[in-house]
Amino acid sequence: MIPNDIEITTDLIEAHGLKPDEYERILALIGRTPSFTELGIFSAMWNEHCSYKSSKKWLKTLPTEGPRVLQGPGENAGVVDIGDGETVVFKMESHNHPSYIEPYQGAATGVGGILRDVFTMGARPVAAMNALRFGAPEHSRTRHLVSGVVAGVGGYGNSFGVPTVGGEVEFHARYNGNCLVNAFAAGIAPADGIFLSKAEGVGLPVVYLGAKTGRDGVGGATMASAEFDDAIDEKRPTVQVGDPFTEKCLLEACLELMGSGAVVAIQDMGAAGLTCSAVEMGAKGNLGIDLDLDQVPVRETGMSAYEMMLSESQERMLMVLRPEKEAEAEAIFRKWGLDFAIVGVTTDTLRFIVRHQGDTVADLPIKELGDEAPEYDRPWIESPKRAVLAAEDVAEPADYADALMTLVGNANGASRRWVYEQYDTLVQGNSVVTPGGDAGIIRVGDKGKALAFSVDVCPRYVEADPFEGGKQAVAECWRNLTAVGAEPLAATDNLNFGNPEKPEIMGQLVGAIKGIGAACSALDMPIVSGNVSLYNETNGEAILPTPAMGGVGLIDDVDTRASLALANDGDILLVIGGHGTHLGQSTYLRDIVGSEVGAPPPVDLAAERRRGDFVRELIRARRVTSVHDISSGGLAVALAEMAMAGDRGCRVKVPAPAHAALFGEDQGRYVLAVSPAEVAAVTEDALDAGIELVEIGSVTGSDLTVEDILTISVAKLRESHETWFPDYMSGA
Amino acid sequence: MKSAVIVFPGSNRDHDIAHALKTVTGQDPVSVWHADTTLPDVDLVVLPGGFSYGDYLRSGAIAARAPIMRAVAEFAASGRLVLGVCNGFQMLTEAGLLPGALMRNEGLTFVCREVLLETVSTDSPFTRNFAKGDVWRCPIAHHDGNYFADADTLARLEDTGRVAFRYARDTNPNGSINDIAGILNEGGNVLGMMPHPENLVEALQGGTDGRRLFESIAGAFAAA
Repeated sequence: MIPNDIEITTDLIEAHGLKPDEYERILALIGRTPSFTELGIFSAMWNEHCSYKSSKKWLKTLPTEGPRVLQGPGENAGVVDIGDGETVVFKMESHNHPSYIEPYQGAATGVGGILRDVFTMGARPVAAMNALRFGAPEHSRTRHLVSGVVAGVGGYGNSFGVPTVGGEVEFHARYNGNCLVNAFAAGIAPADGIFLSKAEGVGLPVVYLGAKTGRDGVGGATMASAEFDDAIDEKRPTVQVGDPFTEKCLLEACLELMGSGAVVAIQDMGAAGLTCSAVEMGAKGNLGIDLDLDQVPVRETGMSAYEMMLSESQERMLMVLRPEKEAEAEAIFRKWGLDFAIVGVTTDTLRFIVRHQGDTVADLPIKELGDEAPEYDRPWIESPKRAVLAAEDVAEPADYADALMTLVGNANGASRRWVYEQYDTLVQGNSVVTPGGDAGIIRVGDKGKALAFSVDVCPRYVEADPFEGGKQAVAECWRNLTAVGAEPLAATDNLNFGNPEKPEIMGQLVGAIKGIGAACSALDMPIVSGNVSLYNETNGEAILPTPAMGGVGLIDDVDTRASLALANDGDILLVIGGHGTHLGQSTYLRDIVGSEVGAPPPVDLAAERRRGDFVRELIRARRVTSVHDISSGGLAVALAEMAMAGDRGCRVKVPAPAHAALFGEDQGRYVLAVSPAEVAAVTEDALDAGIELVEIGSVTGSDLTVEDILTISVAKLRESHETWFPDYMSGA
Repeated sequence: MKSAVIVFPGSNRDHDIAHALKTVTGQDPVSVWHADTTLPDVDLVVLPGGFSYGDYLRSGAIAARAPIMRAVAEFAASGRLVLGVCNGFQMLTEAGLLPGALMRNEGLTFVCREVLLETVSTDSPFTRNFAKGDVWRCPIAHHDGNYFADADTLARLEDTGRVAFRYARDTNPNGSINDIAGILNEGGNVLGMMPHPENLVEALQGGTDGRRLFESIAGAFAAA
């Protein structure tokens, strides 16, 4: 065991991820050399993962308020009013670094962490999603990571009992050295039963709840704030181990306890465990906290104060309790077989004091620890603009049918069934739309209300133009919610980037945040929670900039939702937003032509809003039979997905150049299927609303036909769509 | 009809099956804690789906030794109805109330999808509303659903009409022997099944095929 009074050397400081100027700041703050435990505490609080020191300046510019927003960023999760005295509580968080080191446990604890964030607020989790990104399929590590991450996500969520209703899985060589695992969770809480982490009242007991503390995850948050190199396997001990059974018991015990009126404040122990949770509760409430580590339930003997303060053992909570409710609270936790221990007390000293075996091992100013982490205005350079690529300069495919078969059947276009069938999508019995549609839908309560969920980002667009790409991520998320008939309420963002100390990477982050902000404002979709994951680099190569957006929408009457499945022969197919023209950065360009060049499609936010509002009204008035947004792969892929989902064909006609019309990824567009009787009225209403609408054909037969261009049977499309993933995973 | 759902730490489809029973019979079941030792006066006891005690030993093995299980065994011995779904089926085999075992799925992964079930035996309170050979849709969601029994046991199950449901039309998701999805005890009053009929009882869930199982049970008491 390393003693607490070990000499603090420059090597030790560096090993804690603290820069020399940050260490100077510590010396100035406390007026003496820190103890070993104190150094660990500073490193835990001031690393990038916990302090947002590189991104804070820019995150502050995001719109975070709206008429329905009850709690924005800064708490464990955001809270949005959904009427009838109910709220939806949600957040998305990354577990990228641990998942690359140990995919099963990394992903599992990522899911566990986000579920805990949600139920810490007093909400029962009702839906989960995940956005996963892996390296090139042919890279030696990819299959192992996919297999482990998917099993880990399922292993935790299935046992805990939350349905997974949506997500994304993508492959790209730029993730070869860093996979991304972004986990989203949403819960429902009563509007008058939201719990926060801000401690109130002096002399109140600080209670430790849940699982015991072990040595797992010591230094995890610091690990997640550094780049990787070839010695990565040495970091395996920094990954925590998940126990979904304990988490399920913790959920039930916490909700029961919250109902008893015993809870003053509550904070889950996530990154930097006991340190971060205690400091946050105290700093937010302008209170000091005294901790006695001898009272902490431990899993193993001989743990040092340093290890206990930095352990990231899972399924733990810290609470400030009303003292008169102590016996009642303890009985609830004992019933669920969980630990319950008073480990500290709130004080009026504004000091964070930690005692262990008779010694005071840390005595630090709590406000400075929590609120005065270094904040950087890192230098950044704007990403160079790329030239718009004209459709005439892009080759047409040798065979259109082959091109479409490739786009629906390759690594990024194939069905994700192999993945989502490993997730329990039905538990709780409220799943209305499970993965495979534009957005997942779950029923809420018994008044016909429902919530829709979607997670989106197109990293190649963000790389080509961070501002437009940031806008597009929000717009696509908003569009997916709209396409099922939901009113988009708010979003959570998970910003995954490389090393922010490089000006070009910082430029991507700044550009993307600006784009996200612009789109969130224009579309009235405020950001209510989120997470930033930087240093996603290995041996100096960064991931594609990946700001994933998780959106939540409200459906007042679940019977008026829309599906992408073609439903009736004879329905007329309409495209809202006009024919495709833009092939720069398209999947067609990447997967058929084999190049990733040009500017991404721009997003006209005013048009996006106008068209989306129009489509949503049509759905609510039951004037459309199917709806699908046009995204990766353009109109052709959208039609193929609609045909496969409904097991019906269609016949359409598009103008030249056909490759742009079929595969162009122009934004803000939808395909609608409308009964022949309704077409004239819908067309006229679109005209009145200033919306471009073109009729392209009708639903018919069992083939997808583009006149003079291609004919493929829906069965053949499906075969191509369903084959890639299982074949790849079985090594075929 | 009065029913009780046993709640184990780690149960996660207890609310689902309570909702299905309420939807079909109009009556809320009573919730009974695993640590209790007596059952209320009910007609049906349900062991729900989930991951009791985390299923960190064999699935259902620890739950089979929970305090309440002695009362469940006595309840079953008295001829009253016990239904085990998914983790509940695993508990019934672990407790010796049904023969055989549920092994890890043949594909080794958790599987959640819709399958087709064929009703094989209609000669039980659980299946009386089905016609023999009926094929119906039902969701599954499990990691350990690969049913196995030795040849003698299997022959006895098959010969005495104790196979209640079989996976139909090549939809066996887990490698179960003889495509077995659900079995009855000798008295026909204990049913264990891996699929989740409780998740398909309303149009909003995509269909109502699962209702007939609960209607059968309710009907058995209405008729009595």
